[in-house]
Amino acid sequence: MVRQISVFLENKFGRLSEATEAIGQAGVNIRALSVADTSDFGILRCIVSDTDKALKLLKEKGFTASATPVIAAEVPDVPGGLAKLLSIPRENDINVEYLYAFVEKSGDNAIVILRVEDIEGIKKLFEKGGVKVLSEAQVSSM
Amino acid sequence: MARKQLIWNKQDECMTDSKKEALQLERLQKLVARVYDKVPFYKESFDKAGVKPSDIQSMKDISKLPFTTKNDLAANYPFGMFAVPMKEVVRIHSSSGTTGKPKVAGYTRNDIKMWAETTARTLVCGNTTADDVVQNAYGYGLFTGGLGMHYGAENIGAAVVPISGGNTKRQLLVMQDFGTTKLCSTPSYCLFLSEAIREEGLEGKLKLNCAFLGAEPWTRELREQIEKNLTIDAIDIYGLTEVIGPGVSSDCLEKTGLHIFDDYFYPEIIDPVTEEPLPYGETGELVFTTLTKEAFPVIRYRTRDISRLMPGECACGRTHVRMARLTGRTDDMLIVRGVNVYPSQIEALLVQIPGVEPHYQILVDRKGAMDTLEIWVEVSENVFSDEIKNLEKLEKKIARDMESSLLIGVKMKLVEPKSIQRSEGKAVRIIDRRTVYDKE
Repeated sequence: MVRQISVFLENKFGRLSEATEAIGQAGVNIRALSVADTSDFGILRCIVSDTDKALKLLKEKGFTASATPVIAAEVPDVPGGLAKLLSIPRENDINVEYLYAFVEKSGDNAIVILRVEDIEGIKKLFEKGGVKVLSEAQVSSM
Repeated sequence: MARKQLIWNKQDECMTDSKKEALQLERLQKLVARVYDKVPFYKESFDKAGVKPSDIQSMKDISKLPFTTKNDLAANYPFGMFAVPMKEVVRIHSSSGTTGKPKVAGYTRNDIKMWAETTARTLVCGNTTADDVVQNAYGYGLFTGGLGMHYGAENIGAAVVPISGGNTKRQLLVMQDFGTTKLCSTPSYCLFLSEAIREEGLEGKLKLNCAFLGAEPWTRELREQIEKNLTIDAIDIYGLTEVIGPGVSSDCLEKTGLHIFDDYFYPEIIDPVTEEPLPYGETGELVFTTLTKEAFPVIRYRTRDISRLMPGECACGRTHVRMARLTGRTDDMLIVRGVNVYPSQIEALLVQIPGVEPHYQILVDRKGAMDTLEIWVEVSENVFSDEIKNLEKLEKKIARDMESSLLIGVKMKLVEPKSIQRSEGKAVRIIDRRTVYDKE
């Protein structure tokens, strides 16, 4: 189980840049991120190298930020890799709220971050299906 | 201005001052005796002020009577202010009030008849006759606008089209096909219609010659724009539910001040702070006493509208005392698309929603002709959800609750914490970017 940082962003010029600047100022590195947007606001979701430090600084700077539990799964960086992973929740009728992915700097794998309602449940299913699930420490230190 | 001006009721509308004052006094004396006897609220407030009905010996003595405010109405909601038994009440209207207590107005048969007299006078201020086709785009229902103007038009014998508000396409169709000559609507809706008329290429093809615009404040500039766009007279009409509805006062074609039908509604201007009555020409708060209303009479009702009074002399021939166009309010009530909105209503709703911070802001603006009401709510950690659908659900819920309480559509916007200005003293909750009042 990995803690992802979610930050509420008003649809105002420069907000995304200011939020990422705050994370950078804390000396924290962003591993992966995605931005969900509507016409009125957005949510920045990111996996960072030091979740607690980044959350603290974001809050100090006046952002509404929280930690969301997500699951990090390792998949081989080949065509069909993601589809194979997603067959597991599909076959078990599990809804995936959202996901995003990034490639590892070294090695032949990609990391897929998924938000699912039942984290423990999907973790067991992935492990049963031979998928490697990463901890926060592993993802942060990549 | 050499234009011929019709008058609905020459006998009553062109009375000499002395005759009028005698009539007003007779009515006022009967009124105070009746409310003292029939309405516990007035008995209590008169006793508290140390005044008896017999103390009223001249119109000047009206200043001995205590004021009535919207809080008094809310405290006596719904029918505590009525002076007749329900059996005699034939109509009940209401309009928005503070924090869930709407203002309730009751009418007897005689009240309805009198109302139809005052709204007929209003329509004839714009030369309406039985030959006219009157398109009434004021809202029909609990609001007094629709039925108020309707009965006045019918009284004159004009052909009323009770179209109510909205559905612009249909409004234009009716205007063309039925040959509408007179329009009743809010000023902002009239402007909106005029733009739709231009877009449809209907300019010069309509029979419209006069519009009776009220239920919200509007500027001289807006009047000029409407009169130019549609080549019509745009008459300013004024009223409020607590006094009767529309039909309290109206511009005539001279447009130099609204004639108050002061044989029925006695006006005063007071200093809103000291509560002292002010002479003609001085700006202050409008106060009305309903001289003949039976079901729901009001004594020295504080309207919170700012204006000044002018003597009745007018080229039209009417002798009714005139009031200047409104220049503001003494409270924070807003009128958005013709509907009263109290910021306290909004606050009361927002604090009920779990987790919603008390930091909100109301933005009122006008996009083109239509008023917009936007409510900004700060997203605190309690309210924040990582899932877009949850935030959207929250936005929609707040908007829905607002709309059902305020009776107009609102736009909700979730904003970041600290987006809303904090202030030392009272928070700046409302930002009204419109200019709806004349500067003087």
